[in-house]
Amino acid sequence: MLILLAVVIGVLFATGVYLLFRRSTVRLIIGLALLGHAANLFLFTMGGIRPGIVPIVGAGPVEQMVDPVPQALILTAIVIGFGIQAFVLILSYRAHEEVGTDDLDQMKSTDVT
Amino acid sequence: MTLHLVLPVALPLAGAILCLAFYRVARVQRAIALSSCAGLVLYLAGVLWPLLNGAGYATLRIGNWPAPYGIVLAVDLLSAIMLSLAAVVGLAVLVYALAWFRREPEEPLLYPLYLILLMGLNGAFLTGDVFNLYVFFEIMLVSSFGLMALGGERGQIEGTIKYLAISQLSSALFLLGAGLLYGLAGTLNMADLARKLAASGATPYTAIAALLFLGAFGIKAAVFPLFFWLPASYHTAKTPVTAILGGLLTKVGIYALCRLYTLLFPVHWAAQRSLFLGIAALTMVVGVLGAVAQGDIKRLLSFHIISQIGYLIMGLGLSSTLAMAATLYFMVHIVLVKTGLFLIAGIAEQVTGTTDLYAMGGLLRRRPFLACLFLITAMSLAGLPPLSGFYAKLGLVIAGLQSQEYWVVAVALGVSMLTLFSMVKIWTQAFMKKATTAAGAKEQLRPGLYVAAVGLAALALVAAVGAGPIYGVAQRASQQLFDSSAYLVAVLGR
Repeated sequence: MLILLAVVIGVLFATGVYLLFRRSTVRLIIGLALLGHAANLFLFTMGGIRPGIVPIVGAGPVEQMVDPVPQALILTAIVIGFGIQAFVLILSYRAHEEVGTDDLDQMKSTDVT
Repeated sequence: MTLHLVLPVALPLAGAILCLAFYRVARVQRAIALSSCAGLVLYLAGVLWPLLNGAGYATLRIGNWPAPYGIVLAVDLLSAIMLSLAAVVGLAVLVYALAWFRREPEEPLLYPLYLILLMGLNGAFLTGDVFNLYVFFEIMLVSSFGLMALGGERGQIEGTIKYLAISQLSSALFLLGAGLLYGLAGTLNMADLARKLAASGATPYTAIAALLFLGAFGIKAAVFPLFFWLPASYHTAKTPVTAILGGLLTKVGIYALCRLYTLLFPVHWAAQRSLFLGIAALTMVVGVLGAVAQGDIKRLLSFHIISQIGYLIMGLGLSSTLAMAATLYFMVHIVLVKTGLFLIAGIAEQVTGTTDLYAMGGLLRRRPFLACLFLITAMSLAGLPPLSGFYAKLGLVIAGLQSQEYWVVAVALGVSMLTLFSMVKIWTQAFMKKATTAAGAKEQLRPGLYVAAVGLAALALVAAVGAGPIYGVAQRASQQLFDSSAYLVAVLGR
């Protein structure tokens, strides 16, 4: 299970970074989303992958409970990521209105020359 | 109880919410924004500093949960210095923005975003928990995206997309680092982590975590070779926004590096010394060379942000108490001076109607007082005695010589010369040269612009005159960072 997750995280990261390098803003957005997922999955595996019981007092022996902290962290990170996604979608829509293309190579007017 | 420690976060948050509630009543919005920023300054001067002068630390356990489990806010002298800088510069830039944005269509959006930015900054300086640091970083970033896109012109949107993409990459690295630390130690409380990592010793995993944080904060601080986003985005924003982003936001990365490396990775800190110093030298050189080549005043100053970050990284890399004290003094100096320079550049922009240095001119004759202000801050940046930059660089040079890293000292001094050169370039082009008439120039300037710029220039002078006492505080802060046992006791209670 751990190896499978490690491979999935690696593939997500590689795909995310690859998409960040593409010219289209839409691909950039998908790339950012994949990067976020990869980081969240990594947090998830850090909690330890093993069968267990819910971490509620009285549900059973403490040793068998799973660690709830990584899941709380992931939840926070997902919410933040969702907000950023919404913002960047609007931003790319505005960019399309303003520049008339989704090609990042056409958005060089601010670059260092 | 030190419940008041939540104020630096709660006050701007409350202000932002109220500003949104009074979205259509500009006068009330301005009053709210101004009073929450002024309130922060008063709180820090009246409550926090007297408290720290006695005890050295102040902590607050939210909800009174015992230390490693609940959320902890912890303030030491480093945090207090950063909080004070954020409050003072935040107030000055707000006064400036009040004048700049008055009756502009963007005005109602500016204040809530600005206050949220300050909240994120303060939270990042206050928190004693790695994951909270991440959350506050994100709060700060999201509001900075909004601020940068304010105005919605083509350049601003393009700049924001680039800035957002690279920021999210660095956030992903940050999250990985935090996850790795949790996997290693089972905690995210910095003090608890420090104890557990010290007990388990250096492993390849802690080295990877340290490097992940270096990458994440390196992107935010715009160090070589991760700086390209900064000169492509910062200058596009409205000038007050550029001033607060350029003056404070990149320095948060340095703060986080100071905090995490001294507390969690002291072993790797020493081992990565040559990495730090190499990055520092390249950042300084590349930044200043970029600055010298620019013909736009805001771009030129943006490149100087990068080269000055190099000095801060150099102080961090030398890893001695003296170097750390010099870094903190440098931080005080650069935040005041850099923000001040951006504010002055904004006034020059309003007077001449352009940011292109070659189209500017005649400011010395038209605005002699502005020229005087520019001369003081620019020479402070270049490091001419007896101004604040001189003492900042002197401290770094002495620390470098003591650590026998002669080459990096030589680089720092050479970069200083080039800094002076680029400041002289602004001086000759914008101030000395004969006036060229540009369209869109405003003859009548609102006094708030000058009030803010004069305030920051005066503070830079105070930092120079009071270099002794400030170095004293910086020295104590640096000793706290090097001997973290008192911090651990203050946070964990044992």
